[in-house]
Amino acid sequence: MSYAIFVNGQIHHVEDDGQTPLLWVLRDTLKLTGTKYGCGVAQCGACTVHVDGQPMRSCTLPLEIVASSQITTIEAVEGAEAEAVRAAWLARDVPQCGFCQSGQIMCAVALLRTVGSPTDGDVDTAMSGNICRCATYNRIRAAIHDAAGTLRGQTT
Amino acid sequence: MIGSRESSPEPRRRRFRIGCLPIVLVVVAAIVLAIVYVLYPRTMPQTQPIPAAQLLEQIERLRPVSDFDGIPDLQERSIALFREAGRVLESPRCMNCHPRTDRPTQTDAMRPHTPWVSRGPDGAGEAAMRCSTCHREENYAASGVPGNPKWKLAPIEMAWQGKTLGEICRQILDPARSHMNREELFRHMVEDELVAWAWTPGGQRTPAPGTQAEFGAIIKAWLDTGGECPR
Repeated sequence: MSYAIFVNGQIHHVEDDGQTPLLWVLRDTLKLTGTKYGCGVAQCGACTVHVDGQPMRSCTLPLEIVASSQITTIEAVEGAEAEAVRAAWLARDVPQCGFCQSGQIMCAVALLRTVGSPTDGDVDTAMSGNICRCATYNRIRAAIHDAAGTLRGQTT
Repeated sequence: MIGSRESSPEPRRRRFRIGCLPIVLVVVAAIVLAIVYVLYPRTMPQTQPIPAAQLLEQIERLRPVSDFDGIPDLQERSIALFREAGRVLESPRCMNCHPRTDRPTQTDAMRPHTPWVSRGPDGAGEAAMRCSTCHREENYAASGVPGNPKWKLAPIEMAWQGKTLGEICRQILDPARSHMNREELFRHMVEDELVAWAWTPGGQRTPAPGTQAEFGAIIKAWLDTGGECPR
């Protein structure tokens, strides 16, 4: 069946089964390979994208229910929060192998859009579904606090 | 003839020799086979529907209300009916989302939910880690993640885990904790779509015993006999 999906500001016409996970459509059909396949069962967070602004695991998101949604992937996430996170990630040299990082960043951006000054608890709760096999958790948390500080500086 | 030697009577031993070409061929063949093996398209494992007959055998049945008609004492009958309903209430399908902490449990083993999640202000998760981050409006076979439009935790005052059946009974009859009167409680049990999910959980999850209609009939009979609670 044919679906029109709105990804990163563009409409794409996709011919696929409606139960196909969005992750496969993004990676295999649209070649947006920044979104990673980690586990396929919503346990690792590597496939996180934004759907109408909300972080969602694209491995557990059937194509047929996102046809009317605005999807944003790591390739096009933007805005003050995204810029702050990107700068903090670079400054802290957060990634090690990097495989999980697109999911981490998508969740971090979503957190900062919701909670301006997250506590360690807020960060841990929001990021708990994003696994990092290199265990860069401390750098991730520090970078999120840095990004939050940058954003607070921009607003004051 | 002096000085001449006759040729050796022993036949020359022939040694088996392998030239370079066969080795190269074997190596090339191995590489080709490895490439074919790596690149050969494999079909992903597909979910298989469980035959209906097998499914029926697996379903744990609830006793019909008529089974309890033989109990002459109304209070005893009411308690017996609630004990039967308790088989549903205490099934992992119900208990997993009635935790005593802010964290749900999952699977038939009722282990802590992974990833780590917390109930949040509305029972549907914290900011940026909502239930809807993973759970959709229906079960999703491709990932095995269960779903329902109302997917969220019961309020903390409706925590069932760690409680006896009698305590659960008194809790659900207490409007201060259940936020329902008896009529609303009955409707919740027989009509609520999240409650209904307990009988269609998908995946390898064991459904709650019986059907929602059978469960509703037992709840109605229990309320009609006074809504008595076990101790």
